[in-house]
Amino acid sequence: MSDLTRMSAVELAGAIKNKQVSAVEVAQAHLDRISAVDERVHAFLHVDAEGALAAAARVDKGEITGPLAGVPVAVKDVIATKGVPTTAASKILEGWRPPYSATIYERLQAAGTVPLGKTNMDEFAMGSSTEYSAYGPTNNPWDLGRIPGGSGGGSAAALAAYEAPLAIGTDTGGSIRQPGAVTGTVGAKPTYGGTSRYGLIAFSSSLDTPGPCARNVEDAALLHSVIGGHDVRDSTSIPQPMPDVVAAARLGATGDLTGVKLGLVKEFAGDGSEPGVIAAFRESLEALVKLGAEVVEVSCPNFQYALPAYYLIAPSECSSNLARFDGVRYGLRVGDDGNRSLEEVMSLTRDAGFGAEVKRRIILGTYALSSGYYDAYYGQAQKVRTLITRDFEKAFEQVDVLVSPTTPFVAFPFGSRTSDPYQMYLADLFTIPTNLYGGPAISVPCGLSEGLPVGFQIMAPTMADDRMYRVGAALESAVGTFTPPAL
Amino acid sequence: MAAISREEVAHLARLSRLAVTEQELDQFAGQLDVILQSVARVGEVAADDIPPTSHSVPLTNVYRDDVPQPSLTQDEALSGAPDAFDGRFRVPRILDEEA
Repeated sequence: MSDLTRMSAVELAGAIKNKQVSAVEVAQAHLDRISAVDERVHAFLHVDAEGALAAAARVDKGEITGPLAGVPVAVKDVIATKGVPTTAASKILEGWRPPYSATIYERLQAAGTVPLGKTNMDEFAMGSSTEYSAYGPTNNPWDLGRIPGGSGGGSAAALAAYEAPLAIGTDTGGSIRQPGAVTGTVGAKPTYGGTSRYGLIAFSSSLDTPGPCARNVEDAALLHSVIGGHDVRDSTSIPQPMPDVVAAARLGATGDLTGVKLGLVKEFAGDGSEPGVIAAFRESLEALVKLGAEVVEVSCPNFQYALPAYYLIAPSECSSNLARFDGVRYGLRVGDDGNRSLEEVMSLTRDAGFGAEVKRRIILGTYALSSGYYDAYYGQAQKVRTLITRDFEKAFEQVDVLVSPTTPFVAFPFGSRTSDPYQMYLADLFTIPTNLYGGPAISVPCGLSEGLPVGFQIMAPTMADDRMYRVGAALESAVGTFTPPAL
Repeated sequence: MAAISREEVAHLARLSRLAVTEQELDQFAGQLDVILQSVARVGEVAADDIPPTSHSVPLTNVYRDDVPQPSLTQDEALSGAPDAFDGRFRVPRILDEEA
């Protein structure tokens, strides 16, 4: 048997099913790999070796079967996992063990996947580099001096470092796709409402979308099919059946895109992408044309306002959602000396427990929701959201999917964008429109620029997640996958 | 001209129950000013007759049957509390001594 940590999820599931290898052996190989490299990568905040081996043993006993039975998975630390520490990479939740599990975690367990532990992220999923984790950044396996993207940098780095074949992320403004792009891995944001938010620690409830991360498109589609679908515990969950994303990925892998129309967003052309990113994107576009696809230029004039609208809507929702961290029901409490009032203790707890980016966004959101500013900021941003949705709907009358680079730049060195928060926000320039619209989008590795991975983004209409998997798998069949240097 | 003053940031921090330090105030005031000047671009869009979008899913009033479901036990609900007593969350003083 070849190195178990280099195999795809599909290969691992097949080998386990055919008894060529046991699920326990697969779990142990990944735990060993984590022990060997994670000191340098820091993808994990918590490794649950005992839980992983127990889950694997149940698969070996034949108690659980299914398309991903026995396959290890790394879970972003913003997902509530019963009895397993969950911090959202914040000091305010240090040591918290949730008394319940997220729906998607329960589905992972029911499918027989083997959760290895919890991955690092920007605190409360606010950031694009994991530099805002309260527990220190994750290092990009392609170059340990560079960021792995964010907020889900830990999940993406765990894949690129062969610590896990599958991972779970959450995408509010690009937190699955941008880490995928800069680590040479696949990251998919499902249609909003296509994957349950129950048990996801809320950042921006109208945007947050959990989704799959993997090293290839078919693995991502399989993971998507396991976690997706209606959930009565999330009132924004879509009751209609979701499209067959696995079949779409397999269709795309045949390499035929005859008749598929790809929309190139005119307004993204002049937006300051690095030359190497543009070159890799253009070459990939030509590869898709060779597979039969047609490229059509489309105009989405309101996309230029997506980033400003997002940085009003997301902080506004975050300022409300994070009010729950009050030092009473869970997590940290600071300054309770018997003399201080509840309000004083609450304020001291929140100042000590939240990092700078979280505080900036809470203050910004409180401002945008204040009477006197509400109409000019939050209200206006919601109207812009309508216009962006209309841009998407009009574009999808002409084309099947929209394509762009996932992020304007390759993995940047640590510290290069933290002094000016707005420079960090620009990492999400191309991913944010999709979140405001609510549709699905995927990032697929498409090439290298100066030795670092570039991601290709495919955006589809709401509830047409299958389209992005088809085009993504076709792209992968044309350009291949990308392997980082040995750690 | 600055979009937001240091005093305004201090007021917003109080409203947000964040006991920020003087040093944090200095840092945040400048950064928030840059961010606000950038996001204010949403005001350039003529959108008077455009309805707002709060949510992308066209669902309203999602109901379920009024049947009790299993939920957390009292112990489970209190399991993460920084301070609990006699089956309840214990909180710092809420009222003034004299009140």
